[in-house]
Amino acid sequence: MALLVVTVVATYLPWGSRIGIVIAMAIAIIKATLVVLYFMHVKGSSGLTKVFVIAGLAWLAILMGITLADYHTRPWLSGEAAMTVQPQER
Amino acid sequence: MHQAGHLAHQFEDLAQQKEASTLGMWAFLATELMFFGGALTCFVVYRSFYAHAFAQASREHMSIPLGTINTAVLLCSSLTVAMGVHFARHGQQRKLIVMLLATIFLAITFLCIKATEYYTEYRHELVPGLNFHYPPHHHEHPDRLTANPANVELFFCFYFFLTALHALHMIVGVGIFSVITVKAWRGAFSPEYYNPVEVSGLYWHFVDLVWIFLFPLLYLLH
Repeated sequence: MALLVVTVVATYLPWGSRIGIVIAMAIAIIKATLVVLYFMHVKGSSGLTKVFVIAGLAWLAILMGITLADYHTRPWLSGEAAMTVQPQER
Repeated sequence: MHQAGHLAHQFEDLAQQKEASTLGMWAFLATELMFFGGALTCFVVYRSFYAHAFAQASREHMSIPLGTINTAVLLCSSLTVAMGVHFARHGQQRKLIVMLLATIFLAITFLCIKATEYYTEYRHELVPGLNFHYPPHHHEHPDRLTANPANVELFFCFYFFLTALHALHMIVGVGIFSVITVKAWRGAFSPEYYNPVEVSGLYWHFVDLVWIFLFPLLYLLH
């Protein structure tokens, strides 16, 4: 379990910008998986509990996946940047 | 051993009652997942479009040491909770109470560190709606702060909303554990009936999970 604390330190090192966030997220996902499986006793729990957990994560994945797909394909569909509103000098 | 004393009349046996209450907590945690998930999706969308401003705000104004300490504190508190559930399952009341008090103590430590961070940001005039002023006066190299101040303010809107929401959940968790500790002190739990401890533990692990994702997203953007 103390391993989890060590992985926090490992994310410290600033790598390149894009790969850095991928690595940080990957480590966060590994930590989260360990917490869910062992601390929250999902590993030994009934099938129905696992369904609840997986369903919750599935809905979150749908929320984030489709929202991001929406925003990031707007330039593709309409030819303009998706976020063109910049604050104006008044 | 009076099993029937803990058994609510709508359940057939304690095992079904335990399963039902655990599933109930998981259903609630799924709603919490969507709650934080919606806010985090918002954050991710804006981060992807205003990457420069968000990275600058995070790099210049988020204290990575304090954030790391807080993450370690919260992970330890999850550990103490898991050990508390283990002791409850084995009927070791005194160790359970020690673990619960340790969890409460670690939670309050986290909240104190967060409060000092908030105070620092207040002093640096980074609180949107209160005293947001960018570039801040204290900075040594203001010419390096090239991001659009409005986008930096957006980052801080997200920062304060997400961490305040998380802190609110932690305060509720402290309240829950206080009640559980008092009940444990009065001997309400046994190896047959310890589900309130386990279910409170589930809530606490969820709060920890939220922070595990908040920390890299807010503090480690470069």
